[in-house]
Amino acid sequence: MKLLSAAILLAGQVASPLAAQVDRTKPPALGPAPALRLPTVHTVTLRNGLTLAVVEMHKVPVVEVQVLVDAGTARDPADVPGLAAFTANMLTQGAGRRGALALADEVAYLGAQLTAVSDFDAVTVRLHVPSRHLEAALDLLADVLLRPQFADSEITRQRGLLATTILQQRDQPVAMASIAFPAIVLGPGHPYGHPTAGNDSTPPKLTHDRVISFYQTSYRPNATKILVVGDITLAQAQRLFTARLGGWPRGAVTPFPQGKAQAPASRSFYLIDKPGAAQSVIRIGEPGVARSTPDYATIQVLNTILGGAFTSRLNQNLRETHGYTYGASSGFAARRLPGYFVAAASVVTAKTDSSVIEFMRELRRIRDDSVPQAELDKAKQYITLQLPGAFETTGGAAARFRDVLVYNLPLNWYERFGPAVNAVTAAQVQRAARRYIDPDHFAIVVVGDRAQIEAGIKALNEGPIVYRTMWGQPAQ
Amino acid sequence: MPRRLPWVLLLAVAPLFPLSAQGLRVPYDSLTLANGLQVLVAPDHAVPVVTVNIWYHVGSGDEKPGRTGFAHLFEHIMFMGSQHVPTGEFDKLLEAVGGDNNGSTTEDRTNYFEDAPSNALPLMLWLDSDRQGFLLPEIDSAKVDLQRGVVQNERRQSYENQPYGLAEENILQRLYPPDHPYHWPVIGSMADLSAATLEDVRNFFRSYYTPNNATMVIGGDVDTAAARALAQKYFGDIPRGPAVTRTPPPAFALDSNRVATIEDRVQVPRVYNAWHTVKAFAPDDAALDIVATILATGRASRLYKVLVYEKQIASNVVAFQDGSRIDGKFELFSTARPGHSLPELQRVIDDQIRLLGDSGPTARELERAHNSIEADFLNAMERMGSFGGKADRLNFYNYYVGTPDYFQPDLDRYRRVTAADVQRVARTYLRDAHRVVLSVVPQGKPELAVKEAP
Repeated sequence: MKLLSAAILLAGQVASPLAAQVDRTKPPALGPAPALRLPTVHTVTLRNGLTLAVVEMHKVPVVEVQVLVDAGTARDPADVPGLAAFTANMLTQGAGRRGALALADEVAYLGAQLTAVSDFDAVTVRLHVPSRHLEAALDLLADVLLRPQFADSEITRQRGLLATTILQQRDQPVAMASIAFPAIVLGPGHPYGHPTAGNDSTPPKLTHDRVISFYQTSYRPNATKILVVGDITLAQAQRLFTARLGGWPRGAVTPFPQGKAQAPASRSFYLIDKPGAAQSVIRIGEPGVARSTPDYATIQVLNTILGGAFTSRLNQNLRETHGYTYGASSGFAARRLPGYFVAAASVVTAKTDSSVIEFMRELRRIRDDSVPQAELDKAKQYITLQLPGAFETTGGAAARFRDVLVYNLPLNWYERFGPAVNAVTAAQVQRAARRYIDPDHFAIVVVGDRAQIEAGIKALNEGPIVYRTMWGQPAQ
Repeated sequence: MPRRLPWVLLLAVAPLFPLSAQGLRVPYDSLTLANGLQVLVAPDHAVPVVTVNIWYHVGSGDEKPGRTGFAHLFEHIMFMGSQHVPTGEFDKLLEAVGGDNNGSTTEDRTNYFEDAPSNALPLMLWLDSDRQGFLLPEIDSAKVDLQRGVVQNERRQSYENQPYGLAEENILQRLYPPDHPYHWPVIGSMADLSAATLEDVRNFFRSYYTPNNATMVIGGDVDTAAARALAQKYFGDIPRGPAVTRTPPPAFALDSNRVATIEDRVQVPRVYNAWHTVKAFAPDDAALDIVATILATGRASRLYKVLVYEKQIASNVVAFQDGSRIDGKFELFSTARPGHSLPELQRVIDDQIRLLGDSGPTARELERAHNSIEADFLNAMERMGSFGGKADRLNFYNYYVGTPDYFQPDLDRYRRVTAADVQRVARTYLRDAHRVVLSVVPQGKPELAVKEAP
């Protein structure tokens, strides 16, 4: 039984029974939605070209810092996929006068979190710390960014751990699908076509020289933006960061790599065998759009209707109507370069073919039929009315403003985004669906138990089956 | 949608705070309706968002034999509509006003939340009161079958198709005796999920989904008086249900090691150790959390340093005290690097636990743990809604200790933990010959397992 303290018993009181009678037969009428109040972002550029963006939020005495360096995975050299992510990871394995363990000890002692990870478009060095420890933690951040040790012993150690991580990806059907799908849809030579961690061949190539050389040519103040969100002022941030990073010398920045997706010529199944798998992991898609696309708002509405919300068509169909899966979704990987469109679910093995049928039904319907007004309105409201809550925490606000900085969006992007979404019409959604969702060129990637699912997929008559490894390469 | 996360892990991810001057406070107002529904209102106007977070005081620990997983299956059925809300409308109506929702089930309780712009509060309460008062007319066998299929897929996705995914249920069945409420996992077995009936749904609803077995927190951008009036309006006429009675769990002690091996589709083996410890908020619960932090949280921890960094025989190590409402366990696992066997890892684990019990932590280690935990508490003050937000934690503290605003006292109990406490609980609870030792090894490689009592 639950415990009730004396204080609660005293505080509690029985409410008056005179409250208004409730009409349960229809949803209550609501007042107008609250206006969007966005925190303001201020930017300043230091003399070495380093951009500082500050968002003041003083509710809780914490600060979130995200150093965004244009040294991400898209810049991996062709012969060492995974070098960018490994270099980022090495930043925190000893820096300044502290070795790896001493650095970790000091970070924890300050109650801070300090990590460095790479995605395709940027490296993010993230610090989250109680504001009373901000200055000491920024000293560590500056060490990590400017004075990484890259000790041989640490490189060897992390290389071994990475080899284990890559080995263990074979145990995870979802990870296998996430690696194979971009390699198949974009091509292994595309800047986004390989996994951020690299592949089997990566670990031995991660030499001290390659790490140092990548760091020295890619980590530049004039290729870096720092986002600071929380209990801090612009003036304070400018002082603290200028003192620590003002002397970081500017340098040459090589242009962002280009790449053209090698889309499959016609619709095919790519089967990756995972004997004994309880489910089949399905990924269906094709090359997509860049973050800068003028269709961005339309695409968000389109995707919300198709697979971007619980009541979206894919989830309603595959989960709530058929029970084939715990959840189905879709998304556009909209990045600096065009990424891909993908529809995804993990489905019970015995319903693999039936699930493909339902996926294809929904992916064709969104093109063929105009979206009903009520469904369109729901999607638009779901997107725009969630914006206020997205800025509640320092981490949430940082995630939103990170996009503004990485993708060079206008600082008032979120003020414009709501009206842009609200202006989207059903005709625009259909036009975008026809342009960006093309079933004739889908790659349908399935990670599952071949012996149990192959015959069913064949019988669908939706395209030939080819056999691939988790790396997207032809299987023998 | 629904899932379960141990509180220990939530704590490690979410944030808290300091100190000295102001302390952690989440002001709230409390009332109890005539039908027994307890309502807590916690205003916070930082963003124009409101959350409704309801805890039903029922979990997998209340399940009957042959019906494991039922509390969680029932949680899914709560989203399938109610008398005035046709199936599918719950989510559609919320999304159309910019709202999100979810639910989760643990051994002890089932929670449901909606987060939405503050004008949507009447809709949220209308929806939640309809399923509290009028669920059964809308639920039939076909809807039970559908969510049974979804939940069985949740089991496949989150456990069966995950490496090491069946370790936890193998630990529970060896650690807790068969008549203990924590003997089986929240997700339940496939066979029991298949056996659940519409009649089970009706009985469970009538027994546990009553206003007097629930607590509702309304948090965020709300006016207290208006929120109280709305709670009375929508929930006031739902009849009180029978009182829930529970027999206390059987007392037990593990008096020998339970050593077991399972084979799994994994590349490298992993060894789990689990000890029976104490329930949440028991006197030694906080000290055991700190033991876990010192042993295995982060690269500064002892086991990371020896297993992963120095000897390089493991790729990770994780430890946590998992105190639930009526009992608790301490769990520790470590995954081998290729070419290393689990006995190698187990020897280091045993040595390091013995060392902590013999000599206690250093002053630096203890202070570092205090500071990290304090920062976790501080970070947790940033968010009102969702899983682990302030509204959820008001419900958590209310159910577990009877004081909703227990944030600062909770932090204080960690700050009071001394080096001597850490040493004592390591010695008292993490003993040889009183644990489950489970090896998960690649198929056909039983020789990599820990074979006998360490």
